Amino acid sequence: MSTMPVEVGHPSVQHWAEPGHADDRSFIRKYVFSTDHKVIGCQFLILSLTFLLVGGLLAMLIRWQLGWPGLAIPGGSILGEAKAPGGIILPEFYNSLVTMHGTFMIFFAIMPLLVGVFGNWLIPLHVGAADMAFPRLNMASFWTAVPAGLIMLASFFVTGGASSAGWTAYAPLSASPELSGVYMGQKLWCISLIVLGFSSLMGAVNYITTIVNMRAPGMKWMRLPLPIWALFITAILVLLAIPVLTGALILLLFDQTIGTSFFLPADGGQPLMWQHLFWYFGHPEVYILILPAMGITSEVLSNGARKPIFGYKFMVYALVSIAFLGWIVWGHHMFQSGMNPFLGATFMTSTMIIAVPSAIKVFNWLGTLWRGDIHFHTPMLNALAFVAMFVIGGLSGVFMASTPVDIYIHDTYFIVAHIHYVLFGGSLFAIFAGIYFWFPKFFGRMLNPTLGKIHFVLTFVFYNLVFFPMHNLGLNGMMRRLYDPNQYEFLAPHQPMNTFISVSALLLGTAQLIFMFNFLWSLRAGKKAPPNPWNANSLEWSLPSPPPHGNFPAMPTVYRGPYEYSVPGHHRDYWPQDEPPAEGGHRTAEREEVHA
Amino acid sequence: MRRSMGSMTLAILFAVATACGGGGEEADTGGTAVDEEQAGPAVSPDSAATVTGVVHFTGTPPAGEPIDMSEEPSCAEQHADQPTRQVAVVSDGNLANVFVYVKEGLGDRRFPTPDEGVTIDQQGCEYHPHVLAIQTGQPLIIKNSDGLLHNINTQPTINQGFNVSQPVSMETTKEFSSAEVMIPVKCDVHGWMEAFIGVQEHPYMAVSAEDGTFRLENLPPGTYTIEAWHEAYGTQTQTVTVGAQETGEVMFEYSSEMAGRPVPLGEPIDLHDHGAEHRVASAGR
Amino acid sequence: MDWGWLLPEPVSAFGSEIDSIYYLILVITAVIFVLVEVALVVFLVKFRHKEGRRAEYSHGNTKLEAIWTVVPFILVMVIAWMSMDVWLEAKVADGHAPGDALPLRVAAKQFEWNVTYPGPDEKLDTADDFVKRNQLHVPVGRAVRIDLSSDDVIHSFFLPDFRVKQDAVPGMVIPVWFEPTTAGEYALGCAELCGLGHYRMRGSMTVHETAAFDSWVAEETSEPAVETPTPADTAGAELEAASASPSAPEDHDHSSRQPDSEGEEQA
Repeated sequence: MSTMPVEVGHPSVQHWAEPGHADDRSFIRKYVFSTDHKVIGCQFLILSLTFLLVGGLLAMLIRWQLGWPGLAIPGGSILGEAKAPGGIILPEFYNSLVTMHGTFMIFFAIMPLLVGVFGNWLIPLHVGAADMAFPRLNMASFWTAVPAGLIMLASFFVTGGASSAGWTAYAPLSASPELSGVYMGQKLWCISLIVLGFSSLMGAVNYITTIVNMRAPGMKWMRLPLPIWALFITAILVLLAIPVLTGALILLLFDQTIGTSFFLPADGGQPLMWQHLFWYFGHPEVYILILPAMGITSEVLSNGARKPIFGYKFMVYALVSIAFLGWIVWGHHMFQSGMNPFLGATFMTSTMIIAVPSAIKVFNWLGTLWRGDIHFHTPMLNALAFVAMFVIGGLSGVFMASTPVDIYIHDTYFIVAHIHYVLFGGSLFAIFAGIYFWFPKFFGRMLNPTLGKIHFVLTFVFYNLVFFPMHNLGLNGMMRRLYDPNQYEFLAPHQPMNTFISVSALLLGTAQLIFMFNFLWSLRAGKKAPPNPWNANSLEWSLPSPPPHGNFPAMPTVYRGPYEYSVPGHHRDYWPQDEPPAEGGHRTAEREEVHA
Repeated sequence: MRRSMGSMTLAILFAVATACGGGGEEADTGGTAVDEEQAGPAVSPDSAATVTGVVHFTGTPPAGEPIDMSEEPSCAEQHADQPTRQVAVVSDGNLANVFVYVKEGLGDRRFPTPDEGVTIDQQGCEYHPHVLAIQTGQPLIIKNSDGLLHNINTQPTINQGFNVSQPVSMETTKEFSSAEVMIPVKCDVHGWMEAFIGVQEHPYMAVSAEDGTFRLENLPPGTYTIEAWHEAYGTQTQTVTVGAQETGEVMFEYSSEMAGRPVPLGEPIDLHDHGAEHRVASAGR
Repeated sequence: MDWGWLLPEPVSAFGSEIDSIYYLILVITAVIFVLVEVALVVFLVKFRHKEGRRAEYSHGNTKLEAIWTVVPFILVMVIAWMSMDVWLEAKVADGHAPGDALPLRVAAKQFEWNVTYPGPDEKLDTADDFVKRNQLHVPVGRAVRIDLSSDDVIHSFFLPDFRVKQDAVPGMVIPVWFEPTTAGEYALGCAELCGLGHYRMRGSMTVHETAAFDSWVAEETSEPAVETPTPADTAGAELEAASASPSAPEDHDHSSRQPDSEGEEQA
């Protein structure tokens, strides 16, 4: 620890953990209005897992209607006459279901899970800081997300119900209550997302500043764990994309409330402008939803294979290229929108190009596994699933990138399949990987590995049974957001497939109970976690589980990259980043190797 | 890191919140509500008067435009003859589907809201009846006998409208809180479907039958302005005075020359002026 | 069970070209899919943890990086290049649809398609035009050019068998063209969420033999006006019609016209 660092970060106020000093914060300061990034990460975890559950329940309702159109839900009459009289879902409520499922999942589950949870948990620890650059701003970021979520939930209970114009809220439908039947609900939708946008921006500012300014001595850019690279780039995307959404939402809110016509053609407005604004945000948004997942996958794969990440530099370049190119592909959501077809040609080109860095990453993950020493712990299983499923999601994207093919598959279930392969098959499996991997560090207990593996296998199987056939439904012409596809003669023969998907979906939903049980039970009764159960290298694993307030007893020094596994000649198959080069021996106790 | 309040509490809160009723019935507010407490006593039989009448029609009514229902086979099948738009239903010089009601003369009287509802049925992709009379606050029972998707899109000017779907055979109950002559009703899935609903705070309304006759019963004795409304030929008024147990007769004469006059929709007929906000009548259906 | 990998038979002239691109992509992605997933499984089996064996300490291979950057790049560029012409042909009516294409007007609205036919003179906006709801009738072997618009919200005109899809946007008139190759009855659907009736905004497309089409037109124009939508629905007045639906209470700022109130006092 006495070597002078090559780079010295400029920590703002750093309160290093002082082992002998009692933590005299009140319960409220410690767990409710806390500025500790680890607590805030856990708070985001509770928030997002709750909304993941909400989104999942909405999906179950959608699949109920699609699997058995017009069948009453047992006990469904509690939903009320306006939504499901006698338990039969009404078409207008169905449209709300698909809208709110997408909204909750994207904005209140996946985004806060990847950015809020893992950003908070990992950034200060991975860079070697005591906390974020702006701890109070961090607290504000979480507590702004909470009312945003409550507003969104509240929209179900107002007259007219929740937004039913799709999570994409295309105008004029979204701007016209008399055409959608939704009055207050759409306004609350806009307000909720505006509020959430501020939460995201606060987080982005914090993440960028912390990563740039607060890296510990020796933590060069190219020694950062890949989740940090991913979160750094994601934060830049958030910073630049969210304001566009916020602006668009404000314009939409004005059209709904004060009589403007930004998107209403009667007085000169342009419906297509909504789409341009929304997708200019929306495309970087989907990279916000995948890049941190890619970072987590890299981390876990390298650890599970006991091998350095293959092509670290190229992985970083690929992340940067995806983020950069992500700004110039938004029009591929609008190929059939009525936008000038020549723009279709340009956006097709950029969209095709953006496939390349994703392909590079996939090959690098394969390269990481090649000649590895692969341990199939629960996080590893989920990370492997990410790779396998992301390949499918990415390849299906090539079909829609081709504008003439998109003519046929746009707004069909082929798109729905693609979305879910990248968001569930991709992001959610990576999130599971990350939770299984870091739960021990932040909660001090291991998640049960047997339950974890059962959860994984059931989820993986049912997930594929649900979403793969959607490719086929789409190729057979089934459109999106259809309350009852049997109304089309050419789709009625595919009802058995829809029913099959629904049965699988109900089973998929049920399988998540295992995860919920494991999570809640392990919080109290899980096996106590050692500091480094996975024999990993990044800085958090040299700390107790959970780390104390202030994280490091003293500022750490970093000597190597995070993926030094199986270094020849080294007595262990991992080499923590902060372990000094000469084998100092007595300070570093033998870590107990836990076979998960 | 301990488990914080978190998921358990939130889950319970959410479960409680959803259990507390999901959305519930859409409230049809807007405009004035009849103050039921002050509803007067029903008119006693010794003093009840009656107004009857016929709506005549001279001239040749336009042929009913044929409706092409081929896109909805299960409805098309239910019509042995070619279905037509029911704009002017004339038989033997009598005009049907004329909404007749007491426009003036009831003073400050208030009337109890009936509990039993009025039914409008969607059958063969047509509304039955085509013109409907209902009191404020009285249940409107919307029935879907066709078992296929209809949406009931009401477009009032004074009342709060509603647009609800009925994807299968089912019944939905709604109500209107303000008097209005007339509220157009349409189905967006079957664009030829149309109906009109007349709402009054009192029960003295009728729709002329195929033979043009109508009857307003149990009126308190007095002098009344009776208005007739027809969707193509507009409005006419007549005055009649009836004493206790008397029957007064009113005749309305429509003719084919009256076509093309502006037909009022959403006229605010408010027996009790509560300062209701007036809204512009819509530009037709 | 129709898995759909083989698309339904296309019945438009450019349909088979679109399908060729699809099949090209299908083959390329299927090959890559198999190679990658099999490699993944093989690696997992072959390189699973075995006592006494250590992982290879390697940080990568620049040559491989180059290969798996360039090869995918070439592949996607080939697909893009081949897609370009087919796209422009299918989407850009001007310059691709023949000059003598049959002109039609389709106005989408919640929840129906109102099709204006030019009648025997084959010119729109003449006296012999007529409107049908949810029914498209066209002759086989002859190009059709549709001016697509919407009266209210965004809908999407989707003829799956023809590989035709175009969003109908209020405030815009968008040209759509295709040439039917096979007589028959086909589906028309709405492919953009447009409200509670979106799932049932269906129509039929009938491709007639030429003679049958001519007699259908004659039949339609000789009958007394078959039920037509009100003037507000026809596509000639898109912008007027695009201004909200009749019951619009949102025109807060417009002053009310006085009703025909016959002496009633209004507040």
